[in-house]
Order: sequence, then structure tokens, then C-alpha cells
Amino acid sequence: MAKLPEPAEELLERFGPHPNYTPPGGWSDESRNPAEKLVKTHCCFCGQQCGIQLKVRENRVIGFEPWEEFPFNKGKLCPKGVKRYLQNNHPDRLLDPLMRESGGFRKASWDEALDFTARRIREIQEKYGKDAVAVYGGASLTTEKSYLVGKFARLAVGTRHVDYNGRLCMVSAGVAYKLAFGVDRSLLPWSDIPKADVLFIIGSNIGDCSPITTDYVWRCRDRGGKLIVADPRLNPISRNADLFLPVRPGTDLALLMGMLHVILRDGLENRKFIEEHTTGFEAVKESVAAWDPKTAAEKTGVPPENIEKAAHWFAKADRAIALHARGLEHHSKGVENCLALINIALATGQIGREGAGCSMITGQGNGQGGREHGQKCDQLPGQRMLTDPAAREHVAKVWGISPGDLPQPGYSAEEIMEAIHRGEIKALLCLCFNPLVSLPEAGYTREALERLEFFGVIDFFLSETAQHADVVLAGSLQEEEEGLTCNTEGRVIHIQKAVDPPANARTDTSILCELARRLDRAKFFPFETSRQVLDEMREASRGGHADYYGITYERVDEHMGIFWPCPSLDHPGTPRLIEGGVSFHEDGNCRFVVTEWRESGDPVDEQFPIYLTTGRVVSQYLSGTQTRRIGGLVDIYPEPRLEIHPQLAARYGISDGDEVMVATRRSEMTLPALVTKTIRPDTVFIPYHWPGKKSANQLTHRTLDPRSKIPEFKVSACRLRKSSASEAHK
Amino acid sequence: MFGYEFYVDPSRCIGCQSCVEACEECETHRGISMINFDYLDRREMAGTAAYVCWHCEEPTCAMVCPADAIKVGEDGIVRSALKPRCIACSNCVLACPFGIPKVIPEYEQMMKCDMCYDRTSVGKRPMCATVCPSQALSYVKPEEIARRREEPENLFVFGNQRVKTRVNMMVPPGTGAVSIDVVDYMWEGHLEQAGR
Repeated sequence: MAKLPEPAEELLERFGPHPNYTPPGGWSDESRNPAEKLVKTHCCFCGQQCGIQLKVRENRVIGFEPWEEFPFNKGKLCPKGVKRYLQNNHPDRLLDPLMRESGGFRKASWDEALDFTARRIREIQEKYGKDAVAVYGGASLTTEKSYLVGKFARLAVGTRHVDYNGRLCMVSAGVAYKLAFGVDRSLLPWSDIPKADVLFIIGSNIGDCSPITTDYVWRCRDRGGKLIVADPRLNPISRNADLFLPVRPGTDLALLMGMLHVILRDGLENRKFIEEHTTGFEAVKESVAAWDPKTAAEKTGVPPENIEKAAHWFAKADRAIALHARGLEHHSKGVENCLALINIALATGQIGREGAGCSMITGQGNGQGGREHGQKCDQLPGQRMLTDPAAREHVAKVWGISPGDLPQPGYSAEEIMEAIHRGEIKALLCLCFNPLVSLPEAGYTREALERLEFFGVIDFFLSETAQHADVVLAGSLQEEEEGLTCNTEGRVIHIQKAVDPPANARTDTSILCELARRLDRAKFFPFETSRQVLDEMREASRGGHADYYGITYERVDEHMGIFWPCPSLDHPGTPRLIEGGVSFHEDGNCRFVVTEWRESGDPVDEQFPIYLTTGRVVSQYLSGTQTRRIGGLVDIYPEPRLEIHPQLAARYGISDGDEVMVATRRSEMTLPALVTKTIRPDTVFIPYHWPGKKSANQLTHRTLDPRSKIPEFKVSACRLRKSSASEAHK
Repeated sequence: MFGYEFYVDPSRCIGCQSCVEACEECETHRGISMINFDYLDRREMAGTAAYVCWHCEEPTCAMVCPADAIKVGEDGIVRSALKPRCIACSNCVLACPFGIPKVIPEYEQMMKCDMCYDRTSVGKRPMCATVCPSQALSYVKPEEIARRREEPENLFVFGNQRVKTRVNMMVPPGTGAVSIDVVDYMWEGHLEQAGR
């Protein structure tokens, strides 16, 4: 049903991605006119959520000015932030709803497109049941919109199956922090980072993926802080590390259990903290008994003496901070990986003090806020669990329904694709998500999209996924709708509306509410403004862990952000969690949780002897739907290259720039080699931001972490071959 | 801006090119970036360097200009070539020991970093040093730079030519040799995997 409606070349011609290089009217003309207003808001790309001022003239964003007063980034921006204004007024922008017909997409009126969408959802539910329709949301949406997605799916559509692209981002960290601390958020404000004596960064390519954090890391080093980095690649941060641990992909857990073994072996644990604030220590102690440094070194490829040194530095420091990101989390044992790091922080008492603690570094724009208020398949607003009767009762009361009307937990993002393959889910409504580029095993995702009986998309550009849709509803960019997001620290900030959606494009909020009206659920979706959504969300989150009751747009503006939980209008917010070792669990203790070693879901063997790991580059954001349309960003890194060490390259006769065929158990692709000594010789790296034949996710596998359902993007097994000239030019 | 100086520190550069992208937003040379950016040796390391004009006390570019088109302002900033005088001969391009000046063919004029005169003259910091996320380009007061591990240096020696500059290069403290090959950090137990 949902195959491409017209040839790919025609879609490319009509809808891009075309790289936009110049502001409205060109460099020398209209954009030189003074701005009518400077709008203080935030960058839409990545979880740092840097403050930025957008220059606006005649309802168009014509440029930017740094916002030096905003405390998190003080005017600093990465190239994505500098050029983010060029997504506005873009030639590829969808200005009307589109509907598929035999010859391709045609413009449609809003009434026609919305009526059709609502009718198809209802028809499919009447034929196959309520849960035959699934809803995908995304973590680049404002918190109000992500709240609305969860409510819309459960109340307007009435399905169990709603999940979001944060499932591919850092849910394993969220599960681990919930298990250990009872709460899913960074434990510390970033202002703590420069105060640490030791910084341990594992699985986080900060220079490329959270560039502003570099400033905090360098400030820590200027104070005399030591930097430990664990990564298979010697990235721009690692090259300034005092201790670099080149961990083999998929073996972080062995490294961390080895470190804890050393800490306990050498009596460096913090007995007082363990006794007063934790449970479960003895079982964890037993679980790391076998992980002496030599054993850990054999698994990880990190020298045993450096495992010992890292453990000693971290444990002996007055104040130590551990930071981690997707490199630790994108594994079929992602929850264990994070728990093993938390166990080290708990055992050494490096928690809940200024300059001491552990934290995930958020990836997506609203990666934090987008997972707090109910678009996850198992959660309700306020980080409440959908299976908790008290939580159901509270939210049902706010929504004016009976708890029994709330569906039970549904499938996670990748499981929804599997259910489509099984024929269990027949229709999908998707916004802010480009699964064809971002989910593992792209061929499997494409087949799923082609099996759908109905596929509706809300988006501002025609993403590769949206090309498969039956109807595309022209939605809004970040700068076209007011709302809150939550940055990597847990700081809730205010996205200002800078311009109206152009032509016939509409705000996402109004689209969801209009659809709800057509599904006869208007009374639950009376929202005309984001403020109205926020006011309801504040009530829905009230009393939950992610309590937003005391957060308003005015308070956020006044304080340049408020850290949740913020339970009342006079509450100052909570920059640091677990202060004094007190967790969010009912008994107030932090929990040690036992971790057990297991191999990755796609192990290397004789046929596929090389580790493949995937990740990001600084100039692109996620699946590239926006950033592959911005000329300056495209030019910095135009297409994926295969990072490969000269030793490995020599074995296959590969020189820099040669086309290389990379094959995994799923698929194969050809791309040029970047021969460099900054990667382990048993590992190759490909960035994932591109579609089709340039998509790294053709190669990745669908093994999920059993608890968090995060896919294992960070390790696959592959083999290599230098391409022949004819293959290279296919 | 009074009391502020420019500092370049390639050891802190993450290669993001935010400076390159931001420079072309400038009012005086819109769409053309004046930042010099290089990967030092991508095969060997991840190291990158972004830098601006060094604004020499006795600028070589001005000394070799046959049209007397390159002037130093009272603020010590070396300006782009004066449009009425510049003959686009590229003498400055060839002579500058830092490789800074560019002749822009469509303007038939040499243009270069003027340290964002349009911004610094109204109390703003240069665009590149404002946005740089990693302290590789900084426009700050000397007392702030004194807190860094590295030290500022502004004397460059090119053979017999000694060049004193307005812009400072941050020089690393004496740390001895630092290896930049991942192999040197690895455990020796798995060499068959590593393919040695």
C-alpha cells in the first residue's frame, strides 16, 4: 500500500532535500534590513538547547544573534545553532497537506486531509480493533506537544500503542536511573562539571554530539581536574584526556565491573555512604568478584593498569563526576552498562554533592522533557508508570475520564515495527520521527511501512519516511509554536514563538486537536494555545516525580530556566538531585543493582570479524530531515565515510578515499574510506544521518535491550572488501 | 572592546566549524567566511585548527602591497584592502606568513578578518569568538586567560623574520610527548583481532 507514490528522483526534485545556503532575499539584499524583533529562544537541534536570539522580519527568520546572557551556553553555538535559522523559509517546506494518488502526491485542503485521516483511523479500528492503530511521537517536540501526543493516542485514538523516537536515544539510561534512584533525569546541573576533581566520560563524543559541554570540560581541566575518557575512538575530547581507555565496542560493562572490582579490592569504597544511603551492596560486590583487571582487560582491550588507574582516580577524588551518552546506552545491555556506572558512583559516594555525581548527556532537542509526560508506551504525565493504579487515577481525574478508560502499556518503537510485520498493527500516525533513517535494519523498516493499510504523517518537510505516507499534514517548525523543553541538565526552558507557520501549514497542536474533534473527542482537546496545554499538563504532572506544577512561562523567563521537580509556584526548582544521598524511592535509599555480563546481539565471528559502530557528526542532527537541508551544514560533512585504522586498511589494501563494501548479516553498503589512527584497528565507524544507500542503519541489527527496548546501534559485526571500480560507481 | 584580547587555542578546537559558519553572517562580508580552518593531519589525529588574522604589529601584507591599500587602524587591527586602491595582485596572499588574506575574484579585492569591526566598535565581541563552543577562539580579558593551563604567546619566528602579533596563540604547558595513536593505549592481549 504505502510504497513510494512516484519515482524517487521526482520526489527529490519536488521535495528535496535541497541545501539552502542563503537567508531570505539573499546575502546582500533583503536580509540586510534590520530585524523587526530579536526573539530570545533556544536552538532546536540537540539536548543542549542553547539560548539563541532569532532575527525576525516580516514573519520570516532572517538570521541570528548570540544570546550571551543565557547561563547555560553564554552565546556559544555549534554550527547547527549558527545555521538553524536557514530551516525557516526553506524551499522544501510543506505549505499544504498532501494526499497520495496513483501518480504521486497532490495538494489537498485541510478538511479533506483531516477527514480522510480520521475516517481511515476509524475504519481500521472498526475492522481490526482499537490497537490496530499506533502513534509515533518524537523528542524534538516541545513538552506540551509530547504530552498532547500521549493524550491523543490514548484518548482520541484509544490505542495502547504510542511510543517515540527517544526509544532509540537514551531510554536505557532512564530505566537504570529509575532502578537506582527512582527518577529519570541528570542528577546534576552543568555548573557542577568544572568543580569536579575527576571527570570520567564514557561513551560520549562530546565534541561532536554535545559541543557546548566541551566548555565545561575544559574549565574543569583548567582548575586542575583530571579527564578520563573511554571510547573506541580517539575523538576531539579524548585527545586532551589525562587517561584514555580505548574500550572495544560492546564491552563497557566489563570495563566498569573491572573498575568496581579494583575499588573494592583496594578498599577504596565509601563505607559510610554505602551504609547510610544504599541497599544491595553485598550482592553487587559478589557480582564483580570475578572481574579482576586482567579479565576485564581481556574483554575490553584496555590495559589492566589503566583500568586500575581509572578506578583509583575516580574513587580517591574528593569530587568526581561520571558522564555518559549513547556510546554506553545504545546496547542490548544498555541498562546494565548504566547501572554498572551508577554502582561505581554509589560505592565511592560520588553522588548528590556539588561537583560529584553521574549524569546522562541528553541527545535529542527535548530528549529529557519529551520523555516525562506520557508519549512513552509505558508512562503517564509526571514520569508516572501506566501500570500504577494511583497514577492512573490521578491522570484520569485530570482528563475527566475513568481510570478504566486508560489503555494499558503498549509496544515500544521497534516493537511497533515488528507488530506491523506480524499484521497486528495496520495503521500508523507519525510525527517528529523519521524511522526509515533512524531505526535499525532499514530494510525491515521499509517493508513495515509498505505493509501498512494507512500511514499518516505530520511533518514540515517530506522526510524519507513521509514519502511512504497516504496523507501528510503540513505541520510546524520549532520556532512556530510556543512551548517548554527540558535541557540536558533538567533545566526547563521556554521556546518562544518567533513566526507563524507559513502559507497553509498549521501548528502541530491545532492539527492534533482537529483530528481529535473528527474522532468525536473534541471535549478532551479544547486547546487553542500552548499555554492551555501547559496548564493542564502542570496538573497532570502534579505530585509525580517530574512535577511541573510550579513551572509557568513567566517563571521560566524570569529565572532563565527552572529545574524540575518544581511542585509549587513559589518553589525555586531542584538543580541537583539525590542531595545528601536521598533518592526518590519510598525508603529514600539508592539501590545497587547487580549486572551480569553478556555478549552483544550480533557477535563477531570468522565470517564477520570486525566491529561496526555508528554515531553522529557535529554538523548533522538525528536523521538529517532538517540539517541535510542546510547548505553550510551539508558542506562540512556531505556524506558518510568509513573511519578505519591504517593497520586494518592495509590488511584489505584500502587507501584513504577508496570505496569500501561493508557487509553485515543484514545488508551491505559501499562508502569511501577515511583512513585514520583515531579508531581501534578492530573497529570501523559510520555516521548514520543519511537515507537510502547511504544509510548506516541498513547494516545495524534489531536486538533490543530487554528492559528498555533500546536497539544496539553501537555494535554490529561486519566484514569489509575494497570495492572494484564498477561497484564503486553503481 | 577596551581591555579585551583575542586568543587562539587549537588544542581546544573540536573541529565543529561553528566559527566558519558564523563568520559569513557578518555585515561587511556577507556570505564569505574569513576563518581559516584546517584538519592538521586527519590520518594521524583528530586535531583541527581554526584561526583568524593575527593582526601583526608590522604586517607583511601591508609591506608588500604595491598599491598601499592595506592599513592598520588606531586599534591595531589590520583591515581588508581598501577597495579603491586594491588591484587584486595577490602579493599579500603570497607574502603573509600565516596564509590569511584572500583575494575574492568577484570583488577584485583582498578581504580578510577585521576582527568584526562592526561588532567590536559597538561593544560586542567578534562573532567567531562569541559562538566558539570550545574556547578555541576567545575574546576575553587577560585575567580570564590567566586561569588557563596554557600560556599566551604572540611572537612568531619564521626563519629570519620575527613577527609580533596582536592576536595570541595559546601554548601548551610542558607536558612532554603525547601519543596520538590509539594503538599505544591498547592492551596487548588481542593482537590477532587488531591484525598486527
